[in-house]
Amino acid sequence: MNTPINTLPKISIRGLFKRFDGAPTNALDNVDLDIGANEFVTFVGASGCGKSTLLRTIGGLEVQTSGELLVDNRPVTGPGIDRAMVFQHYSLYPWMTVLENIRFCRQLAAHTQDRSSSDVEAASGRADALLRLMGLQASAGAWPNQLSGGMQQRVAIARALMGRPDIVLMDEPFGALDAQTREVMHDLIRYVHRLEKATIVFVTHDVEEALYLGSRVVLMAPRPGRIDTIYEVPFGDQRTQDLKFAPEFVRLKRDILERIRETSGMKTDLEQLQRLSGAVSETA
Amino acid sequence: MSATLPPICSVSCATVRSSAAAKPPPTPSIWAIAGRLSRTQYWAFAALGLILPFAVWALLSASGWIDPVFMPGPGSVFARLGTWLMEDDLIADTGISVYRVLAGFALSAAFALPIGLLIGAFRPVEALLEPLTDFIRYMPAVAFIPLVMLWVGIDEGSKISIIFIGTFFQMVLMVAEDVRRVPAAQVEAAQTMGANRRELIEKVILPSAKPALLDTLRITMGWAWTYLVVAELVAANSGLGYAILRAQRFLQTDTIFAGIIVIGLIGLVTDQLFRWLHRRAFPWLYLKG
Repeated sequence: MNTPINTLPKISIRGLFKRFDGAPTNALDNVDLDIGANEFVTFVGASGCGKSTLLRTIGGLEVQTSGELLVDNRPVTGPGIDRAMVFQHYSLYPWMTVLENIRFCRQLAAHTQDRSSSDVEAASGRADALLRLMGLQASAGAWPNQLSGGMQQRVAIARALMGRPDIVLMDEPFGALDAQTREVMHDLIRYVHRLEKATIVFVTHDVEEALYLGSRVVLMAPRPGRIDTIYEVPFGDQRTQDLKFAPEFVRLKRDILERIRETSGMKTDLEQLQRLSGAVSETA
Repeated sequence: MSATLPPICSVSCATVRSSAAAKPPPTPSIWAIAGRLSRTQYWAFAALGLILPFAVWALLSASGWIDPVFMPGPGSVFARLGTWLMEDDLIADTGISVYRVLAGFALSAAFALPIGLLIGAFRPVEALLEPLTDFIRYMPAVAFIPLVMLWVGIDEGSKISIIFIGTFFQMVLMVAEDVRRVPAAQVEAAQTMGANRRELIEKVILPSAKPALLDTLRITMGWAWTYLVVAELVAANSGLGYAILRAQRFLQTDTIFAGIIVIGLIGLVTDQLFRWLHRRAFPWLYLKG
């Protein structure tokens, strides 16, 4: 929907297979998908469905067994500065302050080669802007250990954005946060997406999060890991927390949850379904 | 659903609250599993732990149950420490032993740090060297003494070599493990920010592993001291270990006790020095929650 038909996709995946050594089934089994520039795609699915493996393969941290994976029409051969990744936790450098963490990529040759001093100034301006954007000004000199989980993830996101990546890959970045903090982060990341014009590929186990953030929700199924259903999310770009109670939102959420349960091979949780239908009649 | 639940809840909550208000808040026991000690309590127990063995020792020797040849009292041991210091050059014995331990330890660290780093960072190096190191570290260092004497001779080099053999192989494996324990997400985040292999090692793996590496040095320093007596078996005529060995020949148990206590004290001081350095170098690990 966000992708005009005649432009090249940002990420193009064709017949992608991945099998880990000694694994009984394929972690990725014939995955086909196009992701457009500036799109926000979210991935959900039962554990073992390969959503993280797919994300890590796009990031160049895993290599596919066979198939084609193109970013900007070029095959992915490893990690690159055009694809930054945000992890669930333990990725910040505890020996560096918040600001030093955010500026980390400026220490790397890949970001500093053939660049003038005005670029350095632009970079320091960008670090300050990211601090402000993430509400971290007061914590610039703090160590990551001194911050709450939510603040730490803001630093991780700011650090990933620092190098102006075209694509931001997020692997359950809010999975360890409490529900209230997560809501704040949802609006923040949607704002960042509009502002930075990056393509965001976001893996989560939280269906509500996937629906609230994504313009498409890709549901993957396990054993073997494959794409099951792709849901177009019809809520446009302006979203508020109230959306989570809209009947259409709840209906989609229920559909997706039900499909995940079916594909996971686990029994349906009747109590959970009843609670969901109760929520529908209350808001209707 | 929400219409039926609140009354039930409020009744049960009220009951809980009134019964809780009747009792004073319980003081947590210091004997609770993973319980808490105040600073004063901690030092009180620490002092008790240090004083108690001395008290038992003093009582035993004062009671006259044990022949002072086997176990001299604290008095005669400290008297011996005094004469050793004033007449028999305790300072020189300590100095030469500290030198041997430090030299052996430094040599060991100089090789173990880079080799352990390579083992921890690169799988081919791990496959090449780790099984070999595992094999050698089970060989008793003492058994190498005849070889060391043959190859290195009987001067300082041989003593340093024994301490090196005793600590190096353990240290390599611990350094490799420290490097492997660097969180994968820290390394992968740097990779997706464009870090090359050298930058990964210099800017992520090394600084991330540093606190664990300093702890490894602290622990292996203790092992280096335990090999001192063994090292001074080789044609030594000075040093704390040598003094202990010679005292054994003449049944001077007070000298043995004095020597062991001096080594213990040096160990305690070095250990505290390492811990102080750790707090100074890595302040982010010691933040008050």
